[in-house]
Formats: sequence, structure tokens, C-alpha cells
Amino acid sequence: MTDSSANVQHGLIEHSHGAGVPLQIRSDRPRSKSVSDFAAIDQRQDLWRYLDSSALKGLDADVLAEYKNEVQFAETAGVTFTWIESTDSRVGLIGLPEDRVAAAAYTNASKTLLVEIAMDVVLVEPLRINIVGSSNTASALHLVIVANKFSDATIVLEHSGLGVLGENIEIDVQDEAKLNFVSVQNWESGSSHVAAHYSRLGRSSYLKHSVATFGGDLVRITPVSTFTGSGAEVEMNGVYFADAGQHIENRPFVDHAAPNCKSRVTYKGALQGNKAHTVWIGDVLIRVVAEGTDTYELNRNLLLTDGARADSVPNLEIETGEIEGAGHASASGRFDDEQLFYLQARGITVDEARRLVVLGFLVDILQRTGVEDVIERMTSVLEDKLGRS
Amino acid sequence: MAILQIKNLHVSVDTDQGTKGILKGVDLTIRSGEIHAVMGPNGSGKSTLAYSIAGHPKYQVTDGEILLDGENVLEMSVDERARAGLFLAMQYPVEIPGVSVSNFLRTAKTAITGEAPALRTWIKEVRESMDNLKMDPTFSERNVNEGFSGGEKKRHEILQMELLKPRFAVLDETDSGLDVDALKIVSEGVNRAHTANDLGVLLITHYTRILKYIKPDFVHVFVDGKVAEQGGAELADRLEAEGYDRYVKA
Repeated sequence: MTDSSANVQHGLIEHSHGAGVPLQIRSDRPRSKSVSDFAAIDQRQDLWRYLDSSALKGLDADVLAEYKNEVQFAETAGVTFTWIESTDSRVGLIGLPEDRVAAAAYTNASKTLLVEIAMDVVLVEPLRINIVGSSNTASALHLVIVANKFSDATIVLEHSGLGVLGENIEIDVQDEAKLNFVSVQNWESGSSHVAAHYSRLGRSSYLKHSVATFGGDLVRITPVSTFTGSGAEVEMNGVYFADAGQHIENRPFVDHAAPNCKSRVTYKGALQGNKAHTVWIGDVLIRVVAEGTDTYELNRNLLLTDGARADSVPNLEIETGEIEGAGHASASGRFDDEQLFYLQARGITVDEARRLVVLGFLVDILQRTGVEDVIERMTSVLEDKLGRS
Repeated sequence: MAILQIKNLHVSVDTDQGTKGILKGVDLTIRSGEIHAVMGPNGSGKSTLAYSIAGHPKYQVTDGEILLDGENVLEMSVDERARAGLFLAMQYPVEIPGVSVSNFLRTAKTAITGEAPALRTWIKEVRESMDNLKMDPTFSERNVNEGFSGGEKKRHEILQMELLKPRFAVLDETDSGLDVDALKIVSEGVNRAHTANDLGVLLITHYTRILKYIKPDFVHVFVDGKVAEQGGAELADRLEAEGYDRYVKA
């Protein structure tokens, strides 16, 4: 989809459509820790077709610097934070790189921050991990988050400052555990950030995975959620706002590899200004074993000005017909005139009405994180951005 | 004393089959404190009249005028009309995700009066109005019209009318889809605003049911985009007994 208004809406169990057919089956993508296993990045490759590779600022190179001092966290009862060697057997268990940048980050992060929430621990306050960059040297970071059985926690990972970061995050949500994971990308301009999140969900576990991206010249996130036990549920949410020249790319993937699991993927974005570009590729795979799957993915984009471009491609691969439901919707367009009319009919000027509608459209996703200070601070970031239009 | 005049109003809409004329010369005059009921069968143009007064962009005025105290309403934008004192209670209010009722009400009040209301008195006023309409206090934290039942949507419309204090209100089938209890609550709200603010009311309805609770001074029967007959409250009684067949066949 380009900068014209367009709609795709299905609630079908099986279907195919031209734009949505993946060039390569998502599950067949090669995985490797080694940079040399991936060809040099080039826009002719499907995986990188939307991106000007110069924006990577060296994240695809063989050698990267490393983040460690940039990572801040506070010790909390019931949670252990440990920097372990990346050669440790606890690293790489949940997911391996599927592209060259992720492999470069994997190889170059000699240490990995292991964050472990102990069994049965219920955290009332969100756990904070702040990553504050201060240079434009291409760097690598690796995190492993383990939510042990029956634990219940919220983790807010926030990126700010100036950074050029390749990041791998493994998230192990064990049987019956509940995890609310929020990753905020609020970088200064001049920053590039390419992240891969690998989540594995055990039996009857629950993961709420949110990404909120507002700052950074290039931010590309590939969050993968894989069900390995039955009866689990994942809610993947994303919110983003691209200003002139910003490129924000999200490539969520849900791998239904276990029966009776539920997934909901909801991403919403707004774009304003020349060459504001967003890309959303939403993949869902329902494997033969995944009977009773219930999945729905949705992407909506609001184009606030001319010159912005939103690409949105939902893909659904279904290998079993014995499912509860599978659907997707994707739409990129301009304002809902009926919403503007309603607000204007109450005396609110068209500019103010637009501001309210855009904020509301995006804040809806922020609210789902349930983390008050994130909702408040990111709402004011959005207000600032809208004030600039 | 304010006066809203609709003169020889012609309105058309664009359809797949081309431009279609809906209103074919409507004349209506409403003064402060008057309650006018506009009744008519489906497709007679009642809702088109409501939306045209509010200024919905879908409806094109091809002839005639709307004057508010002599000012040309048709030259005003939608929000200017609202600020001039016109209000439309919508039949199908839209959801606005992420915008809370309290934020919406405060923003609208600020827009109408030109200054932010004093917080303490405003909160009290909102609470009292919600109480009168038997709305739960948690209502104000919900997003505008999101997940509202049919009855909640209508109460929310009347809540706005009570708080924004317009000079003229057009109620577009506010009675549709309401059970008797909700109908009474909503009608009481309209009567309160009528008494408190000397509100002029244009009550658009398909059924006479709501007229048991809101007494009209004038009844206009709308057929095929025009006023076919007008009279006092007794005309509604006749419609109750005879229906619209007489007009439709004629």
C-alpha cells in the first residue's frame, strides 16, 4: 500500500492475495549466529527492500562496539540482573538471528544481560531497564529475559539519547507465567536502531508485548512470538509516529506451533511530513499441530500530510484447517471525517479536532501497556510532534 | 429571544447514481423556548434536515437559507455553527478511540465559551448532570462512545446538550432504540435544558412515543423533503391514530 487510501479487510480462514504473498515462507527463513551466513544487505532482498541501507550506519558490519555502560537498571527483590558471557548456554536458547544485522549484533555482544524473574514472584511495580546512548558508533547489545513459572511482572525497556544499536532480546515466558513487556524507542535524531525480539511462550502463559517508537532516524523491530505450549496467549501491540525523514519498520511474527493458543496483533501509526515512511509486515504462521488457533492481526496508519508513505502487508500461512479463527485487517488512509464532524459539531476547531483524533488513535495503544508514566510521557511526546505540524 | 429560520431549503447528496435531491424547499421558524416536532416516514429527509443545519459536508445546500438571528448559518463552518449556539444530538454518534469523555467535554466547553471552565465548578456541574441522567461516574473515564450501549450513547448526547447550553438543539431520533426508562430519563434531560436555558428544540422523530414526555408546541409532518402539514400537539395525536399512510399515498 502506498500513500493512497486503501483497505484490506478479511476474516477468512484461508485466502490469498497478490500483495500479501511472501516471497519466502516466513518459517523457512535461515537462522544463524554468524554474520557471514547472510549476504551483504541490498535493497533487492525482500527483507531489506523498504530500507535505504546507508541508514544502518554500519550495523551490518562484521565488527561492532558493545553497549554495557549504557544499560541502567535498579536491583529489585525477586529479580536478578547478571551480565553473563554470551557463550553461556543460557544465551541463544529462545531465538537465533534471522538476518545479517541481528547476526552482527549477536556476534559482537560478548556479554549478555540476563534478567531473571524468579518463580512465583509477582511484581507490583514495573521493572525498568533504561538504555541511554551517547554516540553514533555502531554497537551491539544482547538481553535475555526469563519469566519463570507462575511469575507476573511488567518490564519497561526504554531507549533514549543518541545511539546506533543492533539489539537482540530473548524473552522466555515459562509455563503459567505472565509478562507485560514494553519497549520504548524515543531516540534523538541521528540514531539508528535495529532490534530482534524472540519470545517463547510456554503452556498457559501470557505475554503482552508492546513497542512504542517515536524518535530515531531508523527504527526497525522484528518481534517474533513462538508458542511452544498449549493454551497460551500473546497480545502484540505497536504504536509509532514518523516525522519527515524518519523510517519506522515493524515486522511482527506469530508462530503458532502449539494447539489452542490465541494471538492478537494490533499496530497503529501516524505519519507526517516529507519522506516519513513506515513499514509494517505482519506474519502469522499456523502450523499443522496448532489446532484451535485463534488469531487476528491489524495495522492502521493515519497519513497526516502529503509526502508520507505507509507500507502495510499482512501475511497469513495456514497449515491446518482445524482452527477457531484467523483474520487480518490493514488500512492506511486519512482522517475519519465522521469523527472530525462529531468533534466540530461540539464547537471544536478542525485543527484541535484533528489533534484529538490522532492523539486518541495512538494513545489507545499506549493505554494498553497499563504503565501510567509511559502513557503520560509518550502522550506528551506525541503532543509535541503534533504541535509541529 | 433568538430565532432560527430555515427558508426554502433545498439539499442534495451525491450517490452512486448521481446527485439526488433530498430536501425540496423546507420552511421552518423556531424561536427560543419553542419545541417543534418534525415527524415523518423513513426517507422523508428528516435526518438530512438535521445534518444540513449542523453543516455535515456530505449534504450540499443547493438553494435557500438558514439564518440564526439574521446571521447566515450556511457560511459558517461546522464548529462555528456550534459556537454560535446550534447543537445536534446525533442518531448514530461515532466512537473516538483514546479520547475520554471528560477530556472531550472539557475541550468542547472550552471551545464553546472561549475559555477553560473553572475546574472545581466544572467537575461539580458534570457530576450533577451525569447524576440527573443516571449515568455512572466511571462513565467520564471511558472513551467517547466506545463500547457504549444505544441508551448510553443517547444519554451522552443529552449530557453534552445540558453542559454546552446551546440556544437551539436539533434532536435526531434521540428516542430510537431506547426502552421506556431510558426514554423518560432522556426526555427529562431535554425538558431541563429547555426550561433552564430557554432552549429552542427541533425534535425529529419517527414515532409519537417521545411526545408523551416532551410536549411540542408545533408539529410538522415531513413528506418527500417538504413540510406536508403543520399544526399543534393535536396533529401528533392524529398521526398516532392514522399513521403516515395518508401523506404517503397522497
